[in-house]
Amino acid sequence: MPTDAAADRREFLLQVLRLGGLSAGTLGVGAWLGSRSRRPEDTGAITLERSSGVAPDLSLPELVVIQNGEPAQLARAAFDALGGVRRFVGRGDVVMVKPNVGWDRTAEQAANTNPQLLGEVIRLCRDAGAKKVVVSDVSCNETVTCFERSGIAEAARSQGAEVILPEARRFKEVDLRGDALGVWPVLEPFLEADKVINLPIAKHHSLTGVTLGMKNWYGILGGQRSRLHQRINESLADLAAFMQPTLTVVDAFRVLMRNGPTGGSLADVEERRTVVASTDPVAVDAYVAKAFWDLDFRRLGFLRLAEERGLGKMNFEEVRSRIVDLAAS
Amino acid sequence: MKQTTVRELRFVSQVVFFGLFLFLLFKTAFRGSFQLAAGEVRLPYPVGVFLEADPLVALANALSTRALYRNLVWSLAILVPTFFLGRFFCGWICPMGSLSHFFGSFKSEKKRGAALIASNRYKRWQTSKYYILVTVLVAALFGSVVAGILDPISLMVRSLGVSLLPAVNYGVGAGLDALYGTGARPLRLLADGVQVLLQGSLASFKQPHFRQAFLLGAVFVLLMGLNLRVTRFWCRALCPLGALLGALSRWAPLGMVKYPDKCDDCRRCLLHCQGGDDPIPGAPWRKAECHLCFNCVGDCPTGGIAFSFFGERSAVVDVPQLQRRKLVTSLAAGVGLVPLLRATPALAGEIDPRLVRPPGALDERHFLERCIRCGACMKVCPNNALHPTLIEGGLEALWTPVLVPRIGYCEPSCVLCSQVCPTGAIWEISQAQKLGRLKPGNGKSAGEAGGDPIKIGTAFYDQGRCLPWSMATECIVCEEWCPTSPKAVYLQTVQVADPKGEVKTVRQPRVDPRLCTGCGACEFACPVRDRPAVYVTSVGETRSKTNQFILQRPPRVRT
Repeated sequence: MPTDAAADRREFLLQVLRLGGLSAGTLGVGAWLGSRSRRPEDTGAITLERSSGVAPDLSLPELVVIQNGEPAQLARAAFDALGGVRRFVGRGDVVMVKPNVGWDRTAEQAANTNPQLLGEVIRLCRDAGAKKVVVSDVSCNETVTCFERSGIAEAARSQGAEVILPEARRFKEVDLRGDALGVWPVLEPFLEADKVINLPIAKHHSLTGVTLGMKNWYGILGGQRSRLHQRINESLADLAAFMQPTLTVVDAFRVLMRNGPTGGSLADVEERRTVVASTDPVAVDAYVAKAFWDLDFRRLGFLRLAEERGLGKMNFEEVRSRIVDLAAS
Repeated sequence: MKQTTVRELRFVSQVVFFGLFLFLLFKTAFRGSFQLAAGEVRLPYPVGVFLEADPLVALANALSTRALYRNLVWSLAILVPTFFLGRFFCGWICPMGSLSHFFGSFKSEKKRGAALIASNRYKRWQTSKYYILVTVLVAALFGSVVAGILDPISLMVRSLGVSLLPAVNYGVGAGLDALYGTGARPLRLLADGVQVLLQGSLASFKQPHFRQAFLLGAVFVLLMGLNLRVTRFWCRALCPLGALLGALSRWAPLGMVKYPDKCDDCRRCLLHCQGGDDPIPGAPWRKAECHLCFNCVGDCPTGGIAFSFFGERSAVVDVPQLQRRKLVTSLAAGVGLVPLLRATPALAGEIDPRLVRPPGALDERHFLERCIRCGACMKVCPNNALHPTLIEGGLEALWTPVLVPRIGYCEPSCVLCSQVCPTGAIWEISQAQKLGRLKPGNGKSAGEAGGDPIKIGTAFYDQGRCLPWSMATECIVCEEWCPTSPKAVYLQTVQVADPKGEVKTVRQPRVDPRLCTGCGACEFACPVRDRPAVYVTSVGETRSKTNQFILQRPPRVRT
């Protein structure tokens, strides 16, 4: 039996050890936390060069206009006239198809890309051996409603495409290194795809006159993109320079002639039964603006800026083109 | 079947009905399932069935409107059996009761053994719910259904739908974000999988946020917490629906029979008593308090308690023992409440400009005669546009729906709020009626062609904050978003001077109040983030005769 004094001494030493350990630990953690202090900063944005274009083929047209058919026929004829879908989609490719799914409107109201046209493009890509076809867009109106009412979700799923809804976590901060656009959140699947097919619908727009292929890239962005309107021409050229799609297929089956880009009334819609497709993202917009709204490309600032950056030719008469009338054949 | 096993049956019933309640609450949301052929968003389930079968909601609706809206007759399926069976709804069906039962069954230092037995004796404060009932029913008779604030189903839908489920959604979302943020492929796939799984049931694609959410959640948590102190405190002391059903069970032939000669006075019957209705011998059974949970029957070791129809009862108190003075006081409170609330200017012309009501909402007086503040409209709104008010509509309108365009605008094609409203405060309208392709019907017919679009307010510009108006900068996002055709926002091309004094051409937006429906898409989309340069106020709303400013009727809509 230790004496009381020895017990006290041992208790005293233990107490010193406990306090010493606690103090040293606290000081250590405090010092470590203190050394970690940083002013919070944005996590860095990524930069990347991307282009999903295909090599030019001088024996083939660069721009084709297919007239007087049903949406699926028009899509097939457009790919055929441009050299066949296998020219654009290889075996094992991940293909991103970007329709316009901006608004809570039905297909008849022509504010979103025609679902039959989309379905056929997906089918063609899958037949050509694409590993995966992804459909996505950052809608303006409530996302789920837009994808459902437009018929886009149904058309995409029934053809076996993956529909990716733009959840907040699917965006990456990207430095677009443009004149108007710096760091913006971009929907991830657009960064990862091997091939990108732009599938806009032709619509009237009060600010830019028309909304076509270049304007459709608005839908890859998250964040407060309503600011883009303040420098719309530079913004559209920046987006076009960043995306550089494999192909642009403009849906002009039903055209929203007035009250765009939302429309709503069937009185605003004209059935033109046309698809315009091109490997030149500038020429195709220029052609459609002229053909349906009689807008001169020289007066559309975004086309001029895009041509200055070497993204394409706005004088569509200078590109190899072909018009196919399905009713005549 | 032996009566001692009835309580297992009751437990199953509680679980089933609670599950059903949650299921229907989850389904009170647009999840991308609609009939394209019909062209209209419709919910596939009768999501309002709990509210529509609620006898207190129905009685308040009947007292204030002298009629019963749409499906409220379903409440008779609860009401009439109560005449025969007593408060079976409280013990077997009510989701608020089941949740209170669950939280009330936790033991605590002061709620075990003899203390628990003592706390489960009948207490006189249990009569307070009857005074609450009298007050809210008299108020309903005078045209204000504040009853809905305390109705248990309304309280559950509101608290879970507008506060607790969005909180869960946030928590789950944060977890998935963390998984996704790791960048590891398996974890990302897991996050995607969970998202897909939850999106069909619990989670929303977009995280909902609601005004008053914390307050509503805190009230609910407090009410649940009280059950920890006193078993089913909510049901015993506060619930006006329980009071109603208790008062109506006076002549119920089903009742408790006690056999004092079998009793050895162990008092185990009080251990799990839910209602506090004195199943012990030597005290009268309080019929109006009993939830028919059958715990006493199951707990009695000697078979001294049973339930029977038209049985030989010993001492029974079959009506709530109210004190005349308190009864008169609660009557007077009900009589005084409505005039006192309406002595404030809210209904008399000093309208909060931001009190934008959902489309289909009746004029404010008829609206307040119906709205039980269940929050189903807020829960279902796909744009998260509807929020509970605090004082925007006066204290009387507490927690009624208000449209907050900065958070979400009203989608022209959507009429979900009018479909889920159980009481007709938001009268059921079709998409065609909302868009003005049909005149609103009277509830009997669909309405005839050629109506006006339903207008919930009007947009106005704050020119000092508008980019083309005062900063020589192009914008017109409001015009782009305006969903009417022709657009209610029109543009004027003007020459303005930029800061260097150079002339610049911009398009300035203006509103045509005859076309504007007040949907708020412009306010939602305006890039001036904090206080938008275009905003909606309620003036011009279709539902009001007085809150108007333009003489001309709006033009007919083209289809």
